[in-house]
Amino acid sequence: MSATPEYFLPDPEGLVPSPEGYFGAFGGKFIPEALVAAVDEVAAEYEKAKADPAFAAELDELMVNYTGRPSALTEVPRFARQAGGARVFLKREDLNHTGSHKINNVLGQALLTKRMGKTRVIAETGAGQHGVATATACALFGLECVIYMGEIDTERQALNVARMRILGAEVVAVKSGSRTLKDAINEAFRDWVANVDRTHYLFGTVAGPHPFPAMVRDFHRVIGVEARRQLLERAGRLPDAAVACVGGGSNAMGLFHAFLPDTAVRLVGCEPAGRGVDSGEHAATLTAGEPGILHGSRSYVLQDDEGQITEPYSISAGLDYPGVGPEHAWLKDSGRAEYRAVTDADAMEALRLLSRTEGIIPAIESAHALAGALEIGRELGPDGLIVVNLSGRGDKDMDTAARWFGLYDPTDRVDPGHEPAAEAGAAE
Amino acid sequence: MSGTITLLEQTLAAARAENRAALVAYLPAGFPTVDGGIAAVKAAFEGGADIVEVGLPHSDPVLDGPVIQTADDIALRGGVRIADVLRTVREAHAATGKPVLVMTYWNPVDRYGAERFAAELAEAGGAGCILPDLPVEESAGWRAAALEHGLATVFVVAPSSRDERLAKITAAGSGFVYAASLMGVTGTRESVGEQAADLVRRTRATTTLPVCVGLGVSNAAQAAEVAAFADGVIVGSAFVKRLLDHDDDLAGGLAAVRALAGELAEGVRKRG
Repeated sequence: MSATPEYFLPDPEGLVPSPEGYFGAFGGKFIPEALVAAVDEVAAEYEKAKADPAFAAELDELMVNYTGRPSALTEVPRFARQAGGARVFLKREDLNHTGSHKINNVLGQALLTKRMGKTRVIAETGAGQHGVATATACALFGLECVIYMGEIDTERQALNVARMRILGAEVVAVKSGSRTLKDAINEAFRDWVANVDRTHYLFGTVAGPHPFPAMVRDFHRVIGVEARRQLLERAGRLPDAAVACVGGGSNAMGLFHAFLPDTAVRLVGCEPAGRGVDSGEHAATLTAGEPGILHGSRSYVLQDDEGQITEPYSISAGLDYPGVGPEHAWLKDSGRAEYRAVTDADAMEALRLLSRTEGIIPAIESAHALAGALEIGRELGPDGLIVVNLSGRGDKDMDTAARWFGLYDPTDRVDPGHEPAAEAGAAE
Repeated sequence: MSGTITLLEQTLAAARAENRAALVAYLPAGFPTVDGGIAAVKAAFEGGADIVEVGLPHSDPVLDGPVIQTADDIALRGGVRIADVLRTVREAHAATGKPVLVMTYWNPVDRYGAERFAAELAEAGGAGCILPDLPVEESAGWRAAALEHGLATVFVVAPSSRDERLAKITAAGSGFVYAASLMGVTGTRESVGEQAADLVRRTRATTTLPVCVGLGVSNAAQAAEVAAFADGVIVGSAFVKRLLDHDDDLAGGLAAVRALAGELAEGVRKRG
C-alpha cells in the first residue's frame, strides 16, 4: 500500500459545508439534545480520521482487496443507439462487493465505529443495499448489527432481507407511517437515542445531520474521481453530462463531486416520478418539494402546507424517500446541477433495454439514471459523451421486474398499459 | 396580546412555595378528536394538573414511542390542523386560567412561520412552546419571536448533555428546563432511574429556572420519586394510553385522565 491514499479521497477543497454543516441555506444539525454528544463525537472522530494516514491506508486496503476498486468503466454502444447515438459509459458500482456503491461509505463508517470503540451498529435501508453492505461490514469487523427496513420494502426486497440475515444481522420490519425508508430512518433514530452509548448509527445517504452529508459524500467521492480519470484515458475528454439517480442522493454526490469544478460538465440527477409527478404518486423531492426539515437537516422535502411530511411513492424502494441530501438542494438552487424526474415505466423500460442490449441487469434505482441518459443522449446527439453511475445490480429486483413485465403470468402484468411489442429487439 | 409566560412562572413558583413539585400533563391536540382533545386537557386540569403541554401532532415523531405515535397518527388521519391546536390552547386556557404550552417538532412551526406561529399562540393565550428537535444553535429566530410575544422557550436537556452545554442551553431557555429522565423516546418505564437526579443536579448548577423532569413517569409512586428532586413532573404517554384504552368511550377515557391526574397530583405532593 502506498503512503498516499488512492481511494479514500475526502474533498480536498473543504469549502463546503460550513463548520456548522451548511451548504448555502441547506444542511445544519436539527437533532434532539440526546444525540448532540454522539453526533459531535462522529464529527470529531471523522476529522481525526481524515488526518490520520493509518485510517486512509486501512480503508484503501479494504477498497482494493475487499470491495474490488477501482470499479470498471464500461462503454455500452448497443444501449447507446437508443440515446441518440451519444457515447455512453457506465461507472460500474454494481460490480463492487455486495453489489452497489453503498459499500464505499459503509466500510469508512465501520472503521470509524471501531475507532470510537462502539460495538453495535444500526442502519436504515430502503432497497436493502445499504443494509446488506452494513451487515457485511459488521460481519467483517465482528460488530452487532440491527437493520431497520420498512415493512413494504421487506416484501419487495425479500432477497436482500435474506442476505442480511445470513450475514448475521437482525432485520426489523418497521410498520409505522408509510412503512418505507422514511419510517425506517425514524425508527433507527429512536433506537439511537436509547442506545447511543455503545451504538453508531451508520447512516446510508448524504442526508441527516452534519457531519453525515459531507462524510458520506467523502466516502463516495472515489466514484467520480475514478470515473473522471477513466474517461480522460478512454474518451480523451470530460463528459458532457454525468448522470445518476437521486433518492437520498449518495451515489449521485459520489459521482458529481469530482466534476464540480468542471463547469462544462452537466450534472444531472434523476428523481423517481413514480406514476408521474402530476399524479401525486412520486418521490421527486427536488422537482416537486419545498424547503423543510426532515431527519436532521434542512433540504427539500415533500410536505403539505403545515409541514407534515407526505407519503412518497416509487417502484424503486431505494428512491422511495420524501427527502434528499442538503448538498443536492444547494446544487439545484445554485444551478450547478439539474434534476429531472423519471417515471416507473421509463425506468423499467431502461432496465430491460440495458439487460437485452448489453447483458447488464441494473438495479431499478440505477435504471432511473439510465432512462435519464437516454433522454439526455437524444438531446446531445451523436457528438455527446455521457457517464452514468450504475449504482447497483438488479438481482434484488427480479421479483418486481418479473411481475412488471408479466414474466410469471403474461395475463397478469403490473402495468397493463404496457405493450409487449415494445420488446427490446425493437430497440436494436 | 402577549403570551402567558408570567402565568407559567407564577404557577411553578407557587408549587415551589407549597414545597411540592408541579404536575405537567401532555396531551396531543386532535386526539381522539379536536373536541375530545380539548375535553381531555380540561379533564387533566380538573384532576389536578398544574400545567398542560398540548402536542401539535407530526407525521414523523422521531422522539416519540408507540403510544404517542399512535395518537398522532389518529389525530392526523382525523385532519387536525394548526388552527385546531391553537383552538385547543385557547379553550383550555380560557376555561381553567392555567398555563398551556405547545410541544411539537420544528418543521411544522418553521413551515407555518416562526413569527406567525408565535403571534397566534400568544393570541390564543399560550404560555410557551417546547421544540425538542430544535437545538439551541439553530434557535435564534424562534427565540426572538417567542420573546417578542411573551412565550417561554423551553429547551430539553438530556443525561448525555455535558456541563458546558447545559449552561449554554439553560441560558437560552425561559419558563422552565425540560430534563429528559433517561436516554430514549417517550413512553412509560418500569423505573425512572438515577440519571434523572444527577441531571437535575447538574442543570441546577447552571440556572435558577425551574427544572421539570419528563420521560417514563406513569404513576404516583414514580411522580413522588421524581418530585423529591425536581420542580415539576411531566407525564405524557400514561395520559394518552388512558384515552387509547377507552377508544370507543370518550367519557370513560376522560374519567380515566381525570383520575390519573388526581393520583399524580397526590404523588407530586409526597416528594418521595
